[in-house]
Amino acid sequence: MKIKLFSYNRLDTPIHRLSGITKLITFLFLTFAVMFSYDIRVIIAVMIFALILLRVSKIKFSQIKVMMIYVLIFLVTNAIITFFFAPEYGVEIYGTRHEILKIFGRYNLTREQLFYQTTKFFKYASVIPFGIIFLLTTDPSEFAASLSGMGISYKVSYAVALTLRYFPDIQRDYQDISQAQQARGLEISKKASLLNRFKNALLIIVPLIFSTIERIELISNAMDLRGFGKFKTRTWYKKKKLKKQDYLAIIVSVLIFIITILISVFINKSRFYNPFI
Amino acid sequence: MKKYFEVNTKTIVATGLGAAIFTILFMFIKVPSPIPETSLQTAYGLSAFFAVVFGPIAGGLISFIGHALSDAVQYGSPWWSWVIASGVSGFIFGFAYKRTRVEDGEFKLTDIVTFNVIQIIGNAIAWLIVAPILDILIYAEPANLVFTQGAIATVMNSISAGVIGTLLLIAYAGTRTKKGSLSKK
Repeated sequence: MKIKLFSYNRLDTPIHRLSGITKLITFLFLTFAVMFSYDIRVIIAVMIFALILLRVSKIKFSQIKVMMIYVLIFLVTNAIITFFFAPEYGVEIYGTRHEILKIFGRYNLTREQLFYQTTKFFKYASVIPFGIIFLLTTDPSEFAASLSGMGISYKVSYAVALTLRYFPDIQRDYQDISQAQQARGLEISKKASLLNRFKNALLIIVPLIFSTIERIELISNAMDLRGFGKFKTRTWYKKKKLKKQDYLAIIVSVLIFIITILISVFINKSRFYNPFI
Repeated sequence: MKKYFEVNTKTIVATGLGAAIFTILFMFIKVPSPIPETSLQTAYGLSAFFAVVFGPIAGGLISFIGHALSDAVQYGSPWWSWVIASGVSGFIFGFAYKRTRVEDGEFKLTDIVTFNVIQIIGNAIAWLIVAPILDILIYAEPANLVFTQGAIATVMNSISAGVIGTLLLIAYAGTRTKKGSLSKK
């Protein structure tokens, strides 16, 4: 159950060479573009762009297999419960009704619903490659520098840096505690009843938190002694200067974002692309 | 009011490490529920505890960073509406900071009630209002679906924050020196 938080590997691709700030900004613009649009043509175009980038950044399928399975499970359950809760939502959005299949009661499959749910499926799926590229090509130590470079307070950025730095340590603590408790006969698998699982989870959480509280004292004293937070700004060892290709990448992502909005405003006149009228 | 939003080195470190535990609990220690896409997240017990001990800024950031990070690791991209709602819930839990006597080594009935009232208000605002509305605005999900999910999340997270948060606070109060525990002879 060991998850490496950022399974970052140092490669030399155009994506890896971009600075962390660039990757964070482009990631946000591109995901917001697909989040906003419900136009399947835009979504598919962005998705193809994302897959090309995935190719360029030389990410292997084995690196993202587990994630893909999680995402697929999420998308399928989301599709099922959307249909279960709102089988007529597509009709409501697109304003027409073409029935394909009668199932039972109010659960009739319409072309509008099918179109809405397909769009939604691709909409959510198309964001994933961007997240993967961002996570796997950004040096974790550079991440805090990028956050602060975007204008976020350096104290908050430093908290994020601490999270990334101490995640493996705390994960190791968690495993030690969990195995020690299991050696004493604690059952945390599906065999135990729900109430027992809840109680047993607590027996792992309590020592984990109290050992962390001690660690917090220790680290904050060490940081105070080194004068952390004395000044309003700070510099970052890992910060990269923005180069020509960084500005290019930012411009491309902003353009994609603007085009998406313009298509919605002027061509579709709403967030949805309606092929039924 | 100012002391609520004070940020010192300890707040920063608590936020960083708290978010790391939040991420781990969020991914590994959850008790599944029969309703799809929801589960009893023990992580909210942790964010409630840290919010009471370290204040609203720490509480809000812990759940925001922790949720965003675990979403990113598991699904490749954060589900922004719920990540923001998580942050809001942690922030509101923080209003129990300095309202209880936990730092004085006491966490009795009145403190437990104060904490739980604030905690339930926080969860209700985050999951019944913020999360569904953002889901509709950002992702255009069907309203009845997101409000049902929100209601379930409110109940589940209130249980998690209430039970785990209260127990952690009682245990933590035990480690603090009691006020007036020294007397002159």
